[in-house]
Amino acid sequence: MTTPPTTPESPPVGAEPDTWTLRLYVAGQTPKSLLAFANLKRICEEHLAGRYHIEVIDLMQHPQLARGDQILAIPTLVRCLPAPVRKIIGDLSNTERVLVGLDLRSRVESKPS
Amino acid sequence: MTPPRAQLPKSPTGIQGLDEITGGGLPTGRPTLVCGSAGCGKTLLAMEFLVRGATQYHEPGVFMTFEETGEELTANVASLGFDLDDLIAHGQLALDFVFIERSEIEETGEFDLEGLFIRLGYAIDTIGAKRVVLDTVESLFAGLPNPIILRAELRRLFRWLKDKGVTAIITGERGDGQLTRQGLEEYVSDCVIVLDHRVSNLICTRRLRVVKYRGSTHGTNEYPFLIDEDGISVLPITSLGLQQVVSTEQVSTGIPRLDAMLSGAGYYRGSSILVSGTAGTGKSSLAGHFAVAACQRGERVLYFAFEESASQIMRNLRSIGIDLEPWVRQGLLQFEATRPTFVGLEMHLTTMHKQIAGFHPGIVIVDPLNSFINADNEAEVKAMLMRLMDFLKMRQITGFFTSLTSDASQLDHTDAAVSSLIDTWLLLLAIDAGSERNRALSILKSRGMAHSNQTREFLITAQGIELRDVYTGPGGVLTGSAREAQAAAEKATRLGAQQEIERTQRLLERRRTALDAQIAALRAEFDAQEIETLAQIEREQARAGQLALERVDMAWSRRADAPEDTGGQP
Repeated sequence: MTTPPTTPESPPVGAEPDTWTLRLYVAGQTPKSLLAFANLKRICEEHLAGRYHIEVIDLMQHPQLARGDQILAIPTLVRCLPAPVRKIIGDLSNTERVLVGLDLRSRVESKPS
Repeated sequence: MTPPRAQLPKSPTGIQGLDEITGGGLPTGRPTLVCGSAGCGKTLLAMEFLVRGATQYHEPGVFMTFEETGEELTANVASLGFDLDDLIAHGQLALDFVFIERSEIEETGEFDLEGLFIRLGYAIDTIGAKRVVLDTVESLFAGLPNPIILRAELRRLFRWLKDKGVTAIITGERGDGQLTRQGLEEYVSDCVIVLDHRVSNLICTRRLRVVKYRGSTHGTNEYPFLIDEDGISVLPITSLGLQQVVSTEQVSTGIPRLDAMLSGAGYYRGSSILVSGTAGTGKSSLAGHFAVAACQRGERVLYFAFEESASQIMRNLRSIGIDLEPWVRQGLLQFEATRPTFVGLEMHLTTMHKQIAGFHPGIVIVDPLNSFINADNEAEVKAMLMRLMDFLKMRQITGFFTSLTSDASQLDHTDAAVSSLIDTWLLLLAIDAGSERNRALSILKSRGMAHSNQTREFLITAQGIELRDVYTGPGGVLTGSAREAQAAAEKATRLGAQQEIERTQRLLERRRTALDAQIAALRAEFDAQEIETLAQIEREQARAGQLALERVDMAWSRRADAPEDTGGQP
């Protein structure tokens, strides 16, 4: 993955309403992982331009992290900030659902679509 | 039991009995499905598999739980003596709680369960696990969307477990019409074990059945199992054949005269003895005698009491001079008193097995057998008793059973219908005659020995059971007062005859005395006569002498001649 990983211990503090911390769990550079990352990047650029931070964790390299974050499915996107924590699984190709999952769009609003 | 052929490699579970049913354990390196309804012991079985594997077979294990947290699980199994924290600290066990909350998860496209694989793989590699438990993997279906992907992933997971070479247990909740809700049995096809607990007559029994075991023979029946403070124990009872070695040694009944009736020496060791009779005929007393006799020989006796408590039995037997207490104190005699309704039949059997296996008795007493029977479970009771008797015979344990006969008209019929399983059957009868109830004993059968065919009356005295002598009257064996009367009459007759003889002897003696007296009198008379006669002779002689002298004198005076013949004449 190309994104420079930021340590989870240093999320941008004080910028809660603005800066989103997203963590994407993948297992190796599978097509699914790459697709998920591309989708995430696109959605963030569209909706959170300039106020997001993506951290990609490759479980192949850090298998112990799977347990701590309760990761089962791959890919899993975790919204660490803003609280509450939300989990989105899948390759993020369904943009509507990603937006709902990230609370970028309310569920009621997304229903008709 | 298994033929000595190349067998599938098996991993022993260490669970008592399960390894016997499966012929050595679960298939090594393959997944096994354990399914059953809620609360039937799936998790416990799986956990015991891991704990025993770690402690007994040096095979570390990973427990991946989808339902309980590690803390809950640790607390739950601590009561069974499993110290998970200690095992974890020693790297023998890894617990991983997989938490899935459906409401937190949004599905946005294709996904797989690689995360789970990585987690499991990491846990396995960390401690070098040989055994894995997934409890209950079907929770994934509730927690994650898209069952199609899940099914494919589970299939891949089981394949992957096989490739990893770990022996796995996958638990599954029982579903409608199939073994598990999600049809896991389709994927895990090497070995399937179904657990069950059923309530019948308000009594719950847990059962286990090996539905399928690919590549291996296995016991196919339903086996009752028990969860107690030692974990799970399964008893493969019906796998026993009729191959037991019999003993020709005989053991005393504790009543010498009863031994005499049983070809002089008593019961065969390892045989099944049934004592049946109506209420109050002394069944427990016979059992007491037998127990004491065994304890005196130094054998261990296990006494299962289903109607009285241990102290009640001891008190009652003490009243007839049988003191069991010293033997209990010495540890030779052990009582196990439970209510028959306390648990199910199978459970009783399982418990009895466990206790027998733990105590190693030479003799097992079950008092009484038929307390197990209620409304309509006769067939089950018979099956259970058969298994118990087989089990005892297998171990050369002498089984002593009492049976209460309710209907006096059917004395040679036991409620439990176990007569065909019994080697020696003593029948205790209450003979109601002459407005008395008296006890009698007869041997209905005793396989393999020449036994007495006599019905004997016995008394329960302060010194225990005493068999009386036999008195037969016109109506059969006489008992009670009738026997006493007959005994008295016989005694009188005997006494009369004795007296007659003595009288005749005395008469003879008297005659002899009289005769002797007569002889003595005659002799005395004769003696007297003799003396008299002799005296007379003497007198006559004296007189004759005198006469001659006088004649000589006269002749002298007459100067007659021929003095030569003087003295020649009397």
